[in-house]
Amino acid sequence: MAALLEVKALKAFYGQTQSLYDVGFAIEAGGITTLLGANGAGKTTTLRAICNMVRTEGSVRFDGKDINGMPTEEIVRLRIAHVPEGRGTFTTLTVDENLRIAAYTRKDKQGVRDELERVFSYFPRLKERMQQQAGTLSGGEQQMLAIARALMLKPRLMLLDEPSFGLAPLIVVEIFRILRLINKEEGVSILLVEQNAALALDLADTAYVLETGRVVMWGPSSVVKNDENVRKSYLGY
Amino acid sequence: MPAFPKKWLWVLLALAFLVPLLQPVLPDVVSNYRLFLVSTMIIAAIAVLGLNLLTGFNGQISLGHSAFYAVGAYTAAILMDKLDMPYYATLPIAAVMCFIVGYLFGLPALKLEGHYLALATFALALSVPQILKYKWLEDLTGGVQGIVLSKPEVPFGLPLNEDQWLYYYCLVVMVLLYWAAANILNSRSGRAMMAIRDQYMAADTMGIDTALYKTVTFGISAAYTGVAGALSASAIAFVAPDSFNFFLSIKFLIGLVVGGVGSLAGSVVGGIFYVLVDNSAQALSTFVKNDLGLPFDLSAYTVFGVILIVLMYLMPMGIVGGVYYLVRSMRSPGAKAREQALKQRASG
Amino acid sequence: MEQFLQQIASGLANGAIYACVALALVMIYVSTDHINFAQGELAMFSTYISWQLMSWGAEFWVAFAAAVVFSFVMGVVIERVILRPLHNAPVLSIVVVFIGLLAICNSMAGAIWSYLIKEYPSPFPKSSFGIAGVIGPHQLGVVLVTLIVLGLLFVFFRYTPLGLAMRAAAQNPQMARLVGVRVDWMLALGWGLAASVGAVAGCMVAHIVYLDPNMMGGILLYAFASALVGGIGNPGGAVLGGFIVGVLENMVAYAGNQIEKITGVYIIGNGEKLTVALIIVIFVLTVKPAGLFGRVVVKRV
Repeated sequence: MAALLEVKALKAFYGQTQSLYDVGFAIEAGGITTLLGANGAGKTTTLRAICNMVRTEGSVRFDGKDINGMPTEEIVRLRIAHVPEGRGTFTTLTVDENLRIAAYTRKDKQGVRDELERVFSYFPRLKERMQQQAGTLSGGEQQMLAIARALMLKPRLMLLDEPSFGLAPLIVVEIFRILRLINKEEGVSILLVEQNAALALDLADTAYVLETGRVVMWGPSSVVKNDENVRKSYLGY
Repeated sequence: MPAFPKKWLWVLLALAFLVPLLQPVLPDVVSNYRLFLVSTMIIAAIAVLGLNLLTGFNGQISLGHSAFYAVGAYTAAILMDKLDMPYYATLPIAAVMCFIVGYLFGLPALKLEGHYLALATFALALSVPQILKYKWLEDLTGGVQGIVLSKPEVPFGLPLNEDQWLYYYCLVVMVLLYWAAANILNSRSGRAMMAIRDQYMAADTMGIDTALYKTVTFGISAAYTGVAGALSASAIAFVAPDSFNFFLSIKFLIGLVVGGVGSLAGSVVGGIFYVLVDNSAQALSTFVKNDLGLPFDLSAYTVFGVILIVLMYLMPMGIVGGVYYLVRSMRSPGAKAREQALKQRASG
Repeated sequence: MEQFLQQIASGLANGAIYACVALALVMIYVSTDHINFAQGELAMFSTYISWQLMSWGAEFWVAFAAAVVFSFVMGVVIERVILRPLHNAPVLSIVVVFIGLLAICNSMAGAIWSYLIKEYPSPFPKSSFGIAGVIGPHQLGVVLVTLIVLGLLFVFFRYTPLGLAMRAAAQNPQMARLVGVRVDWMLALGWGLAASVGAVAGCMVAHIVYLDPNMMGGILLYAFASALVGGIGNPGGAVLGGFIVGVLENMVAYAGNQIEKITGVYIIGNGEKLTVALIIVIFVLTVKPAGLFGRVVVKRV
């Protein structure tokens, strides 16, 4: 089965500084993959590189198509949804507007309405807060909104950057439960960047470990979970 | 921005002092009109120098220097007209007057940056002609009609005519002011000024009294441009409100960016440049009409506008910066290779 | 009393013009963080285009529409061709480019149509349209047109997908890209719209101040004052600020006239309008830079 997303020999630069030196991985359609690593390892940069938000060299193929160098908004229109660090909600727009803006590129009105209903079934709390300004929502609600908005793009691949950041543990568990549901029911492939390695390894079926801009180990998460180095560095035992 | 090579400076200075004396020998080349023109170029150079001190070296954008020029010009004019003061005595007073005005404007300007400061100074420039025509000031300023003055008399029976004398008067003032500016910029104060321009917050936390430097620089900058205004009052022998409108600020801006932001020598080049274009406007217009066949006049300001925009793409460092980089790129391949190696070692 | 009402009405009419230009300024500021110093001259140039069309026989509203379309295109072109390549340039470069545009528009208008003041017609019927003794037909018309334009813009931004996309692009360009919005075109569109609003203001005011290349200078200054009063980041505030400043300007001139009538002493009048605007600008920038409705931006170290 050809991989949905194939990354080979990816390098990334912030101005003159190089951040990724040699990153390669593949995501199968329908799978959940996680990128682990310490701060500064290059996890966020990898997600940004896929969406061409930073200067890159190397190969990024989505569904067989070379997307390296395409403008970010065109990559998104290929149905890759990126939920960035810090959620990225439009704080002065309402919840309703945040969701509608994601539907901006879609032509099928009925599909959008259906999508909205599905989104509310995952995140009932959002329905209650439709007319509220997104900036006034709690952290957990904003994360839910960010994911809901990504769903409105009807993505084939969702990139999530540290969804657990700054959230209470119970909310995080809830969000991860919903992510698993979305993967199963909608068939959305997920690439997850997480500092919370335990949760990530629980959710994902494949894991890659990044260190200073390179992949240092990878495999099924059950294997990676039990690796001694990983346990010591990221799982704390 | 590198300092202008010293050798060339002395040569230019010598030429500047000696050439006008050649008038009896070359009456057509060193004509009175040309001397007058060069005097206005010198005055323009001083004005642009003032603007550069504030914007180029201290990072505070000003679109309002026409206001300080006007204050200097009118101060000199009123002193000469109402108090019969000799022309040379008006300069220091105009300088002090403009310093105060500049400093006072610099106080509220402390809170403003970038676009906002540009906006405030823009507002200032737009309203100056109106302020000068204000009814209660009419007795002083002569209202719309302005004040008529007389050109500086040649002193001590020197064998020069009025235009030659005016030229030397302006030249000496400019050389003194240039020298003073170079000294300020080379001192600790100068470095503090530039630190404020480059990294404001770092300068602040390092203990530089940024508020003091910014307001004083505003004052000094205004004083320089004000002295230029005072000189122009003598040179043109006339001041009127409508010649100090916003378009004058546009000319200063041209001088600033054409010559080189943050370059003293560039200020002189810039001042010369805008006077040249301004004076060639008529000839340009005829060329456009007759040779290019366009159905309308070409104003100097269209040329200025196009230059301003084009320069921001091609030569944001102005002529002086551009020449510097041109000269550097023309060095021997050996020198270039050495520099490349140094760069790589530093970043690797 | 009647004269007082007249002054208010006239202030509202002027204020409508300031509101339009202020709105154009704020639209560009919100999406690009730049202050468009050339706004007035662009509007003036478009107004001249409409005058030219009318002198060739076109109806007022046709020429008006043409001017609006022309300025829309000009705005898009300026953003895409001149400003886009400079989007990472230092502030001074951007300010210089705006001043360059100002100089070109002003001098080209003077070159093509001369500096002779021209009369500009009013589309509003002289007789029955106004409220006699209080507000003249043109002034009432100006206020109405302004309100219509503002209403259309409000509906556009609030309720249409494109308007929503533009708001998102202005608020958070990076995130807007991540939901598939073509941010670069949104900026160009924003510029086009802002330029159009400016053209509307120009065509409306030309009848009052007469058409000449320098007609928008003072108006631009007042528009800045209005935008600052309302809060530079706030479109609604800019509009309100325009009306406030318009009425304030007239009240000051009126007070000055009355004082002169009563005491014979001239303190302030029509000749000091720009100075009053300057005072407002300096006052707001120093005392309350966020204006009435704006937010103060805190700089992070």
